[in-house]
Amino acid sequence: MIRVFRYTGQALVYVLFAAFLGYFSSAPSYTHFPPDQALIKLSLAHGAKREGGCRRFTQAELQKMAPNMRRPMDCPRQRLPVVVELIIDGETRYSASVPPTGLSGDGRSRIYQRFSVRPGKHAIVARLRDSDRSEGFDYEKTAEIELTARQSLAIDFRQEMGGFLFRW
Amino acid sequence: MQVLQRALQAVFNVLEGWLDRPFGPDWNPLYHLGALGFFYFWVVAVSGIYIYIFFDTGISEAYDSVEYMTHDQWYLAGVMRSLHRYASDGMVAMMMLHMVREFSLDRHRGSRWFTWFTGVPILWLVVICGITGYWLVWDTLAQYIAIATTEWLDWLPIFGESVARNFLAADLLDDRFFSLMVFLHIAVPLILLLVLWIHLQRVTKPEVFPARGLALGSFAMLLGLSLFWPALSQGPADLSQVPAVVGLDWFYLIAYPVVEIWGAGPAWALTFGGSLLIAMLPWLPPLRRRSVAQVDLANCNGCTRCQEDCPFAAITMTPRSDGRPFEREAVVDPELCTGCGICAGACPTSTPFRRASALVPGIDLADRPLKDLRQQIQEATAGLTGDRKVLVLGCEHGIGTGQMAIDGVAQVPLPCIGALPPSFIDYVLSRDLADGVFLAGCKGGECYSRFGLRWTAQRLAGERDPHLRARVPRERIGQLEPGARSKAKMTAAVSAFQAGLPQRSGEIEHPRIRQEETV
Ligand code: HEM
Ligand code: SF4
Ligand code: SF4
Repeated sequence: MIRVFRYTGQALVYVLFAAFLGYFSSAPSYTHFPPDQALIKLSLAHGAKREGGCRRFTQAELQKMAPNMRRPMDCPRQRLPVVVELIIDGETRYSASVPPTGLSGDGRSRIYQRFSVRPGKHAIVARLRDSDRSEGFDYEKTAEIELTARQSLAIDFRQEMGGFLFRW
Repeated sequence: MQVLQRALQAVFNVLEGWLDRPFGPDWNPLYHLGALGFFYFWVVAVSGIYIYIFFDTGISEAYDSVEYMTHDQWYLAGVMRSLHRYASDGMVAMMMLHMVREFSLDRHRGSRWFTWFTGVPILWLVVICGITGYWLVWDTLAQYIAIATTEWLDWLPIFGESVARNFLAADLLDDRFFSLMVFLHIAVPLILLLVLWIHLQRVTKPEVFPARGLALGSFAMLLGLSLFWPALSQGPADLSQVPAVVGLDWFYLIAYPVVEIWGAGPAWALTFGGSLLIAMLPWLPPLRRRSVAQVDLANCNGCTRCQEDCPFAAITMTPRSDGRPFEREAVVDPELCTGCGICAGACPTSTPFRRASALVPGIDLADRPLKDLRQQIQEATAGLTGDRKVLVLGCEHGIGTGQMAIDGVAQVPLPCIGALPPSFIDYVLSRDLADGVFLAGCKGGECYSRFGLRWTAQRLAGERDPHLRARVPRERIGQLEPGARSKAKMTAAVSAFQAGLPQRSGEIEHPRIRQEETV
């Protein structure tokens, strides 16, 4: 009799533990993004032009260098910041001047931003400046895009592919 | 810190008490959490090998191959998949309970720091196993994990490029990253196994497999759960859609909501800071160094009993160095010794029947020699009156110390119940120092120094050297039942033992200064 009670007790504990494992292995569910919104992700890695152009070393400077280190041009490694703007339906949602990465400032500038928007049609403008011009942008892309809830639009930038890429 | 430990201990006390009734001490899961952790690990390993046979390691095929297992071959591969998931979750549960319990019992400080410290990387490795595992299913949960993990990693200045950019759009996705996850999901468990092995380097005879009843029960539980509630995927990954709502496995993925709510930086601070804090716990505060065991070569015959009984691998047997005609001698590593005294309880030379000058056993605690224990016993019992005198020998880590106000009862504390050589019981009874000896080990039937209770029971039963001599009347030896957890229970048990003691009728011979088998 005691045996029966013991095994029943054990079974009860196992059932409780199984319920605990089973439940928390996939619940409660977690909402990390409003399900009635759409997502726009702006992500790019782009190296702007170098700061200032190259210049010739003067004769005097060349004399001072070790013979095996002599080279005609002095080119700075430091890159300019990349300036990016994202305008959605006329509203500037992002505008930043992003410095280059890397210890000597010669790496690419990195941007990774998320924006939630309501579902529907959106007029999207993305602009980028990677030169030392003081006004205006070197690249710009405009598009009218219809997004449904939970749809994800990725805005990327590839110089070799002509600039901004919209993928959705 | 002590307050926290006490509070946790109180919680475990209640839970252990509940589980003691149906399970008994051998099967009570709370006493075998480390062994259960291993058990779940092996279930995960075997089921993992099986489902890997059917798993397609390409990113576009992975999801379908998992679906095939779950639906087409539900009776075997599907069950294996569910076992793989639930045993992994069980392992996390066991690991966390094990960690908290060892902490609450203060088994992590002093010489025992090593086992604790090597537990910390285990936490990381187990979680990495889980995350990479969920990645492989390549469903919407995997998609969420991939993006959230890489965004979180990108916060650290260790990658030149953004890793999260890999998951920007479906056409950027490549197999390379996925293959890395497959590799990690196989390599990290192997590293985990290695670290588990290191974890147990300072634990003698570790319990790495639970008793059969407990193993069977746990496996039946997993199997039942797998059949009744199979593990499922959450729809194929689609990078053009946000997996806004995901069913999280809270055992492995609890960090993700934290990252989302607090931000990547604070979440890293919490992760690293928390790990560091846990790793430092053995020194918060450091344990006052207990006295360690010392060998007295003149009395050691190299019988290896102390080495056999030491729970912490602190004793090694080396070739004889003093020229006496024995093969070996015992050597204590003071760095590993916890000062539990179990070795002194094991040494055949530890006999109180020797004269005071001669009570120097082969191995003894430096600051707490058996000579002093004998004197304490003599002093404590000297004042006892009546014909039912009881000497309580209680472990300091149990409930057996501190004064009990019972007439005719004296108490002497021990560093561990296993530190008591059985001949001391003979000594007390045969010299009429008391009419009964009551032994009180750790509460709940589980020994702070791991083997004290077990060795004592075996020594008394004549199953382990040194035996308690057959002539000692067993009815005059009382023991705290394993389930006793409170001072009140203890007092009641001692009173009952005292009341039940048979009247002395000179049934015991009185050997005067008789040497036990000494060297
Ligand atoms: C799945 C992971 C783990 C497994 C399978 C495991 C397994 C074990 C086993 C089998 C023992 C020996 C128990 C005995 O026979 O007395 C043990 C002891 C111990 N473990 Fe773990 N362990 C794990 C994780 C951890 C973690 C994360 C910590 C703490 C950070 C930890 C701390 C300890 C401590 C303090 C001891 C006791 C050592 C002693 O008694 O001196 N373990 N573990
Ligand atoms: S006191 Fe003895 S048994 Fe205990 S840890 Fe030290 S050497 Fe081992
Ligand atoms: S138990 Fe005693 S006699 Fe035997 S090896 Fe250890 S110290 Fe020497």
